[in-house]
Amino acid sequence: MSVMRVEGYNAFYGRSQALRDFSIELRGGEVLCLLGRNGAGKTTALKAIMGTVKPASGALWLDDVNLFGRPAEEIPRAGIGYVPQGRRLFSELTVWENLEIGLLTREQGRDGLDYALELFPVLKERMKQRSGTLSGGEQTMLAMARAMCITPSVIMLDEPTEGLMPSAIAGIRDAVMKLRDSGVAVLLVEQRVDAVLPIADRVAFMDHGEIKAEFPIDEVRENTALLHQYVGVGH
Amino acid sequence: MDIVPYLLLATLEGLVQASVLMLTALGLSLVFGVMRVVNVSHGEFFMLGAVAAWVCANLIPGPPYVPFIAALLIAPVFVGALAWAADWAILKRINYNPEATIVSTIGLMYIIQQMTLITFGPDAQAVDAPFYYTVRFPWFGYSGYKFFIIAVAFVLVGGLLYLLRHSKVGLFMRATQFDKETAQNFGIPVTKVYSGVFAVGAMLAAIGGVLVVPSQQAHYLMGHDPLLLSFVVVIVGGLGSIPGTIAAAILIGMSDGLLSVFFSPTLAKIFSTLLVALVLVFRPQGLFGKAGR
Ligand SMILES: Nc1ncnc2c1ncn2[C@@H]1O[C@H](COP(=O)(O)OP(=O)(O)OP(=O)(O)O)[C@@H](O)[C@H]1O
Ligand SMILES: [Mg+2]
Repeated sequence: MSVMRVEGYNAFYGRSQALRDFSIELRGGEVLCLLGRNGAGKTTALKAIMGTVKPASGALWLDDVNLFGRPAEEIPRAGIGYVPQGRRLFSELTVWENLEIGLLTREQGRDGLDYALELFPVLKERMKQRSGTLSGGEQTMLAMARAMCITPSVIMLDEPTEGLMPSAIAGIRDAVMKLRDSGVAVLLVEQRVDAVLPIADRVAFMDHGEIKAEFPIDEVRENTALLHQYVGVGH
Repeated sequence: MDIVPYLLLATLEGLVQASVLMLTALGLSLVFGVMRVVNVSHGEFFMLGAVAAWVCANLIPGPPYVPFIAALLIAPVFVGALAWAADWAILKRINYNPEATIVSTIGLMYIIQQMTLITFGPDAQAVDAPFYYTVRFPWFGYSGYKFFIIAVAFVLVGGLLYLLRHSKVGLFMRATQFDKETAQNFGIPVTKVYSGVFAVGAMLAAIGGVLVVPSQQAHYLMGHDPLLLSFVVVIVGGLGSIPGTIAAAILIGMSDGLLSVFFSPTLAKIFSTLLVALVLVFRPQGLFGKAGR
């Protein structure tokens, strides 16, 4: 069942068009991976959904409500959790304060927090630490936990494994799969196909602000020519 | 001649200065820190507080402490509402653009000054202290009201710090200050935080104005000095740093008191100006600020 549908987003930075008729659909319990090169417009697409980049036209359906044009702070309150590129923790605030901000977004109780701490138990010991002093892997966990604290029905992650060691990547991947299995709709942005092959259900390729094609993961696995065509792979 | 009484007097005068300065500068610092707005009209909110106290003294009957207490409540509410309206009518429309806010708050400064001049005239107006009580030292007596100023300022600043650290609103303010966009991504109503911060900043200045009026008289141009000193404090303390602002206010206020008593008020001004210049050259992040982020 479709949980979130983005329809025909066009967005501009000054005169240059950053999104062209951008449309995607997310289903509960499914991971959609958005792939594209540097500068393809992946981050812009997520910001446009979050309302901090204002799309000129389009529609944003969350369940049966069109959130298009609402003030940015209402988007997360409708249940969209966001893990921004580079994590964007409130690094001068403590770990607990970061999580508290997530809890206050929708005030839906502490289930999301409890689940996050179950997935990332290290955070429990670090509650009073300034979040900027966490290790890279811990910071990513905190960014995910903060988004989980809003008990989202959709979660969007922008290159969460960027710059992490393989062991930390495995932990993040594991958490994404558990979220998916709990029924959350996941939108995962990555540059590298190999990073998503094991967890994606569908893959969408993006270039020049546009979705060029979308495939179920099986097709991508079987037909490596697709990868060459859309991301000029090897990677 | 004994130096102790002079030192004591200078310290007390310095503390009174520091207290009022702390309130005023904290307002400016909060607004700059959270909103990145340099509010040139901040001194006028101080002046309006003083004028409001004078108006209360004239309109509200009873012993002097009745209108004074009324002013302590009414002035910040009135000035806060005015600031809230200015935020809505002006700052929000220009998207808090840094240059545009400087120019428009300069305009706001003149508008408030001239409106006050037109309404209340050019004369300085005296207001009675709410109570007369003299604290006796072996060498001299000192106004009990001035101790009251110090107490009110420290209680307010302490309360504000507590709220910033331990309340939901304080958490929202700190998150907004740190990263506005991510704050929005977590449902923090940034525009409301901005309006609130601008109003609270103005209220702090207004309370400062009410507190000084028994010793300074209300006058439509009285906002200049507190504005300049607040800028000095905010720069010395480190832009947007609350603890830095408090420390710098005490430093500047105390040195002002000491230098004025032992030498001359002019030397005190020279000192604070020189301090700003030195800080800007050698430690632009402020004495208590962190290096750029
Ligand atoms: N604030 C901005 N102002 C102007 N142009 C911008 C802005 N942010 C992004 N762009 C431009 O929009 C295009 C898309 O950028 P975006 O950050 O969305 O790419 P991306 O796909 O996320 O890339 P990466 O994989 O490197 O993160 C780029 O050409 C970028 O230079
Ligand atoms: Mg990006």
